[in-house]
Amino acid sequence: MPESAPCWNHEAEFIVPGALRALQSQRLAEVVARVYESVPYYRQKLEAAGVRPAEIRGIEDIGRLPFTGKDDLRKTYPFGLFAVPMEQVVRVHASSGTTGKSTVVGYTREDVETWAEVIARTLAAGGTQRGDVVQNSYGYGLFTGGLGLHYGAELIGATVVPTSGGQTKRQVQLLGDFGATVLCCTPSYALVIGETGREMGVDFKDLPLRVGFFGAEPWSPGMRQEIESVLHAHALDIYGLSEIIGPGVSFECLEKDGLHINEDHFYPEVVDPETGEPVPEGEVGELVFTTLTKQALPLLRYRSRDLTRIFSEPCGCGRTLRRMERVTGRSDDMLIIRGVNVFPSQIEEILMGIDETTANYVLVVDRKPRGMDELEVQVEVSQATFSDEMSKLEALDERIRSEIESRLGIRAAVRLVEPKSLERSMGKAKRVIDRRDLGE
Amino acid sequence: MTAVQISVFLENKSGRLAEVTHALAGGGVNIRALSLAETIDYGVLRLIVDKPKEAKTALAEAGFTVTETEVIAVEMPDRPGGLSGVVDMVTGRGLNIEYLYAFVGQRGENAVVIFRIDKAEEAIAVLKEGGAHMLSAAELGAI
Repeated sequence: MPESAPCWNHEAEFIVPGALRALQSQRLAEVVARVYESVPYYRQKLEAAGVRPAEIRGIEDIGRLPFTGKDDLRKTYPFGLFAVPMEQVVRVHASSGTTGKSTVVGYTREDVETWAEVIARTLAAGGTQRGDVVQNSYGYGLFTGGLGLHYGAELIGATVVPTSGGQTKRQVQLLGDFGATVLCCTPSYALVIGETGREMGVDFKDLPLRVGFFGAEPWSPGMRQEIESVLHAHALDIYGLSEIIGPGVSFECLEKDGLHINEDHFYPEVVDPETGEPVPEGEVGELVFTTLTKQALPLLRYRSRDLTRIFSEPCGCGRTLRRMERVTGRSDDMLIIRGVNVFPSQIEEILMGIDETTANYVLVVDRKPRGMDELEVQVEVSQATFSDEMSKLEALDERIRSEIESRLGIRAAVRLVEPKSLERSMGKAKRVIDRRDLGE
Repeated sequence: MTAVQISVFLENKSGRLAEVTHALAGGGVNIRALSLAETIDYGVLRLIVDKPKEAKTALAEAGFTVTETEVIAVEMPDRPGGLSGVVDMVTGRGLNIEYLYAFVGQRGENAVVIFRIDKAEEAIAVLKEGGAHMLSAAELGAI
């Protein structure tokens, strides 16, 4: 199997561990020197931590570097952490942040190439090659999913069908008409495509579809089985976060047993989310990434808030890149709904701006069988401003719905509830009820 | 002349309406008329009671979102065309009825219709002009 495992960059993906460590060490020293020179914010941060770049000689010194968090990106919004002049930035993407401001990320031409490279590895690990037709149903736009997968597929030389999201019947139609062999989208959308196809009388057995790359939201092994049985194709997981590069930080091979981290570009650590101390290898903690090669937005020890474990046992595919388990949780309260990051604090901010409601709310996230994630916002009607006219209550409903959609880019159902009816614990209220089955 | 209606916000949960009636019974409040408007998720219960103040207190203490709403109570003949005549007076002047409900009381041959109209003062003037008999809060409570 090792000889025949499909791959894009054999040298990098099957690198001898010692050589990888040497490469990581050299790249770490370079990136620390670069941010110290080019990013005043990082220079201050490093100085505050008492670190001089010359002291970072190898990967073993990484623990001396300060962490970077979403907060640092917010403080330097929009471009304050960029390490190159804007003339060298050829692209920006953005995702929603914890408060009103987006998290903005930038790419130089070289970064775009790096990104295409790691996506090419991802797609090739599932057997994608020149001659394949890749239907890319990730959203194109500020979200990194669409363009991220696009460039990697083009690098391989596959034929890209950039359908973006939505218009599901058309998606199904094109899958058949153009003979896509590869599908890229969120796992829940894969099920929607499957269900829509079934309703249209399409039997996926008859289509040439062979493999799908599904990410941007958490999913379970049960969901993989379901997708594979509905679409008659391999369902592979793909992981990433826009701050580090976007999708392609790690990817599954056909062994389907953990995601190989592109650690020649993104150095991973797992730390205790409370103390920030590294956990022993193989134990669950918060993933932390240092970008080793990024030019526009190099980040040192970025706290992903994603919880998982890393393990270095050899993989059946023969790749030496270490693997992480699929992400099972978050160390903060961020929700990923249909690929959109949602923080309860964002909803709270919206509700605070509406007089007729209290700031008491609960977010209920659910995933219907073969359906997309659904967000329901339960909001308490305020005693003081309750109107007995249904038209006004419905207008309130609608106002909350449209504010959420325009500010967060996500459709939510709004349910008005009686005051004091939402579950309150002592102290901090329980804001999120996640009914999605993401467990084993 | 306006009358008082008690409006209660209710989630569509089983047993919730029973809790309203229990609270009112406990407060010694007699219900004269009621109307329920609902969506899938929630409803608004509108009540005409003999003792609005006590009703509001009892419901608030039981944890309900409750408000007093000014409504217009019109007495009308309990025969075909009775309601039609009253509605025509109001809508003929371009006034918009938010909602209405009627009940037959124990006041001789007449029925009572409860109106919620956005421009209450104008509506009262129109009704007066048309010779409609409006009930005060006290009269309504005494039915």
